[in-house]
Amino acid sequence: MTKVIVSNQKHPLDTYLRTDRLPHIWCPGCGIGAVLHAFLRALLDSGVDLKKVALVSGIGCTGRVAGYVRLDSFHTTHGRALPFATGLKIANPELKLVVFSGDGDLIAIGGNHFIHAARRNIDMTVICVNNFNYGMTGGQLGPTTPLTGRTTTTMRGNIEEPFNIPYLAAAAGAVYIARWTTAHIHSLEHSIGEALAKKGFSLVEAISPCPTYYGRMNKQPTGLDQIRYFRYNSIVRHGIDPRLVGIEANGQIVVGKFVDIERPYIPGATGSGNGRTT
Amino acid sequence: MTEKPKNEIKLIIERCKGCRFCVEFCPQHILYQSDEVNSKGYRIVDVADISKCDQCNTCSMVCPEFAINVVSIEAKPVKDGEVVCLSQDT
Ligand code: SF4
Ligand code: SF4
Ligand code: SF4
Repeated sequence: MTKVIVSNQKHPLDTYLRTDRLPHIWCPGCGIGAVLHAFLRALLDSGVDLKKVALVSGIGCTGRVAGYVRLDSFHTTHGRALPFATGLKIANPELKLVVFSGDGDLIAIGGNHFIHAARRNIDMTVICVNNFNYGMTGGQLGPTTPLTGRTTTTMRGNIEEPFNIPYLAAAAGAVYIARWTTAHIHSLEHSIGEALAKKGFSLVEAISPCPTYYGRMNKQPTGLDQIRYFRYNSIVRHGIDPRLVGIEANGQIVVGKFVDIERPYIPGATGSGNGRTT
Repeated sequence: MTEKPKNEIKLIIERCKGCRFCVEFCPQHILYQSDEVNSKGYRIVDVADISKCDQCNTCSMVCPEFAINVVSIEAKPVKDGEVVCLSQDT
């Protein structure tokens, strides 16, 4: 039948990407690029002035995002994306702050910053790409590796209880928390849009394949195997208690919008203070 | 059968890494991985029957490589409020 393939074309999002650096370094079947795609579309749809957006990343595979976007971006030291972003926001409350980083960077190395940024309710959007391990350094065990999940440092299976990121964020005080996988790309885009519009510390957890390490170690050797697992083993539960959304190795993944509340945030509407209007 | 296609699938061949996410998620099942390889050795995707494409944009959204996108041949915006820089495609 009719076949229309045109090569050497530009992508509609090329205007917002540093195309001289593409194709990017992420492995075939890695989902980080898809999360970035969803984020860029949500950002453009949100109508935010792109000159007032600052994107901050830490270290790791996801940390490379800062180097691919044609926005003001900041590639910071390991685990410190949140304090850099907090500083930017406090110094210039006009900015729309987005922190785009991985689970290792945000929850392990930067775990302390994560809980305190959520506690203070700093007005920023955090996109946490969770691939269940440290991809860039060789697939080691991370604090989000599910129980019994195999990694290059836990060949017989993980014996540590992992963090449940939405529960951690909710306990620390985040005002918006959603989780999707790269198999729910339209919902992911929608949630990132909602998070961008939210005042206060908003978190979107994006579960992504890492076929090179986590998938290969856990009988899902390609990105396609992992994304099929996400697609057929996820269940949407909006508003469920985040306590109940922990992930087991190759088990069911609960996705949806879990938390959407209001709380005084920093910096407030006047550019300082705590966001209380009285 | 010989209906004129309304859409075009644009693939930036050198960006495709052959992950087949677009093949998996296309609701019309019209994409497939061909035997053609790009300069990096990845098997690129191709379209079987473009006339069935309903421009849902899912292939573009799931593609981690910014490699594939769909445009209307009449060069109309896909839907209200959607950011499609058609002028880029000249
Ligand atoms: S190591 Fe894993 S997370 Fe890193 S680019 Fe490769 S697949 Fe993606
Ligand atoms: S736009 Fe939708 S129907 Fe058309 S090829 Fe892409 S995924 Fe398939
Ligand atoms: S999703 Fe993108 S990179 Fe993967 S096969 Fe399709 S066009 Fe190629």
